[in-house]
Amino acid sequence: MITKVSHVSIYVLDQDSAQAFYVDKLGFKVHTDAPMGPGMRWLTVCPPEQPELEITLMPIEDGMVFKDGAAAQMREMVKKGTFGFGVFECDDLNATYEELKAKGVVFKKPPTKEFYGYEALFVDDSGNWFSLGEKKKA
Amino acid sequence: MHTYPKVYLYKRVVHAKLYMDAHFSEAIDLDNISDEASFSKFHFIRLFKSIYGKTPHQYLTRVRIEHAKSWLQKGISARETCFRVGFDSVSSFTGLFKKHVRLSPSVYQEQHKQRQARIRNAPLQFIPNCFAEQKGWTQKRNFEEGC
Repeated sequence: MITKVSHVSIYVLDQDSAQAFYVDKLGFKVHTDAPMGPGMRWLTVCPPEQPELEITLMPIEDGMVFKDGAAAQMREMVKKGTFGFGVFECDDLNATYEELKAKGVVFKKPPTKEFYGYEALFVDDSGNWFSLGEKKKA
Repeated sequence: MHTYPKVYLYKRVVHAKLYMDAHFSEAIDLDNISDEASFSKFHFIRLFKSIYGKTPHQYLTRVRIEHAKSWLQKGISARETCFRVGFDSVSSFTGLFKKHVRLSPSVYQEQHKQRQARIRNAPLQFIPNCFAEQKGWTQKRNFEEGC
């Protein structure tokens, strides 16, 4: 029986810049930062209240995963905003929107009431987009 | 009583939160913070708590403890960390740190140091094997000298 998600990956254009975005702007914590030899690094971050979920900031590089120019294609797709990686949750969407905007986070959509809930869309420093929703108040 | 548009109220509360984020190491108190947001103290506490689920004081303490963890991780002594995050008594800092983290600052620092050493010496223990294989890392033994 599967009980939980422990790791998810987000493809990023630059790990240092992604670390700065996820830690300094979104307020995530570095979970594991392991140097894996020259120019290589295993880097995971986690939301502050979900330390057991590791989000891997995965650089797009030529190698065993991306072969025959696939890395360059993937980088272009990420830059263009092709990928939406998931939904983040906050306590208060209006306040979080104002805070992230003040920190320079780019939003594709401001807080909007949709039939499924209240959400905004923002973009990370690579071009990946996320939905930001509000925790339902009891 | 004058009523402000909701967005304006949010902007002011967020401004106060960002003020705490930036000035946590100074001797700021609730008067500074509520002045920063241009609210009366009690109105500010109520609004802040309704948005963030904790009082401004509880939030400031959390910010200070999180920064303390970062300094301790970087090897700064508990005493120096205490002053860097805005406390002036080492014993009250230690007590508060223990209450929030459930470890004393020195034990927390030691545990972090040991984990970092394990990551350096045996990084594959911290990486799911499927990813390590994809990257070709499982064929290397020493990551400091390898590649």
